[in-house]
Amino acid sequence: MKNMKYLLLRRTTQSGILFLYFAANAYGWHILEGTFGTSMLFGIIPLADPYNTLQVLATGFVLGSDVLLGAVIITLFYFVVGGRAFCSWVCPINMVTDLANWLRRTLNLDKEEVNYRFLKRSARYWLMVVGLIVSALVGVAAFEVFSPITIMQRGIVFGFGMGGAVVLAIFLFDLFGVKNGWCGHLCPLGAAYSVIGSQSLVKVKHNHENCTNCMDCKVVCPENQVLHMINKSSIAVSDGECTNCGRCVDVCNDDALEFGIRSFTKQSR
Amino acid sequence: MAHSDGRRNFMATTLQSVGLAALGGMLWSGYTDSVKASPLVLRPPGALSEKDFLRACIKCGLCAEACVNRETNRDTQTGEQREGTLKMAKGGDSLLIGTPYFVPLEVPCYMCEDIPCVPVCPSGALDMPSLLNEKKELDINKASMGLAVVHKESCISFWGIQCDACYRACPLLDSAITIEYQKNERTGKHAYLLPIVHDDACTGCGLCEKACVTEKPAIFVLPNAVAKGKVGDHYVKGWDAKDQERVGNAKAIHTQTERSEKSPSDYLNMEVEY
Repeated sequence: MKNMKYLLLRRTTQSGILFLYFAANAYGWHILEGTFGTSMLFGIIPLADPYNTLQVLATGFVLGSDVLLGAVIITLFYFVVGGRAFCSWVCPINMVTDLANWLRRTLNLDKEEVNYRFLKRSARYWLMVVGLIVSALVGVAAFEVFSPITIMQRGIVFGFGMGGAVVLAIFLFDLFGVKNGWCGHLCPLGAAYSVIGSQSLVKVKHNHENCTNCMDCKVVCPENQVLHMINKSSIAVSDGECTNCGRCVDVCNDDALEFGIRSFTKQSR
Repeated sequence: MAHSDGRRNFMATTLQSVGLAALGGMLWSGYTDSVKASPLVLRPPGALSEKDFLRACIKCGLCAEACVNRETNRDTQTGEQREGTLKMAKGGDSLLIGTPYFVPLEVPCYMCEDIPCVPVCPSGALDMPSLLNEKKELDINKASMGLAVVHKESCISFWGIQCDACYRACPLLDSAITIEYQKNERTGKHAYLLPIVHDDACTGCGLCEKACVTEKPAIFVLPNAVAKGKVGDHYVKGWDAKDQERVGNAKAIHTQTERSEKSPSDYLNMEVEY
């Protein structure tokens, strides 16, 4: 834990963005208004959550052009900075699950990596698709009914009510239940951003010449299946499930991991 | 041999995954369907019908932010901001979470002329065209958020006590609420001043409910779908040429039963067991 550069940058970005959302309601600032569903940047540029937009479209409602344009802008943005950069740099639930994960390691609840038969990391993609089908069947954006992400964000902007229970449940689930249970296994929004991220430009790159095989990066990584190349080959992390959180870059003492731009030529081994 | 085992395993795992996804989908659908049922909720001006509103609303909160931050929402004496009309449903509110609504008894809709909450809606859940008048200007009087209903047994005007709190509070005084005079037969020398709500003008803003003097308001706003009846096509105002056109919608119903095979004089004289 010597280097916390990206961790501190992420916490600053996360809390800064949440504060701007809060200030839009509390003080009437016109910097970042609304919530993730749809936001207005500087009062003119629409931003919209692509998965939420898909859910509403699945209900059969023809959305206003601001939302559609906003969803395109967000998709293009995360196509550049890494799909799940949303998860680690913006999403408020990330702070909750990172805390649970850190406590797991600190309290030594982490020893066994349990392999649940039907709670694999692929479950989120199933939920993503089922969420769209349920939206179409019931006529309501189905994930938004209990999404801890928007519940926590609206909680910060408008007040929590009983919604805090959902956030607490996620915390307990990740701490005492499944390691990386919510963000790594279940969250359909993260799954949607993984799909965008599988093609995105900013990627973590590994230099295996420098690697001393200490595995600090794998310990700290919330999606460590994406780090399969560690001390094996000098390639970029190409998997969309990588959240570009940069913790691996932070903890690496050997300069073996660094952010870079995806190369479009074939990766050399 | 090993090859066919692998295929069988793959088929079994796929079948189980699909089955579990279907189970999850059914539970999820059931839960979603039950949490969206909230027939007594009042929505912002211009909201689509509840069914379409629930499909359309993207739960961004821009309407609620526009409502609380509007210029007119400052206390004229202290200059401090007041609570906004529109709230965003939270867990525990028994409403679809994240959707905007208002409770007239807490903060009614003040019917701002510029309607700040509606143009900001990005999804179309708050339908701006429905609030435009003939001159294509925003007109809050065209809003229909609900309908005020009077419970005459708890309304003190119906007791004969003079009270016109709701009538005075109404932004559409003398068109949404009128006062009807009736003779008070009990005293023989006083008048009843009765508040009567008119559906064609009432917007459901709830200022009357907020103003009502009784412990629990005797006049209150209900959503249109709850407060209003529907005549159907069987009754038509014969004296109204426009209403007469609805006769065209009515369909004759022909039924064929054992009775209709006989002439009426036969079956009317039959003994019928009920």
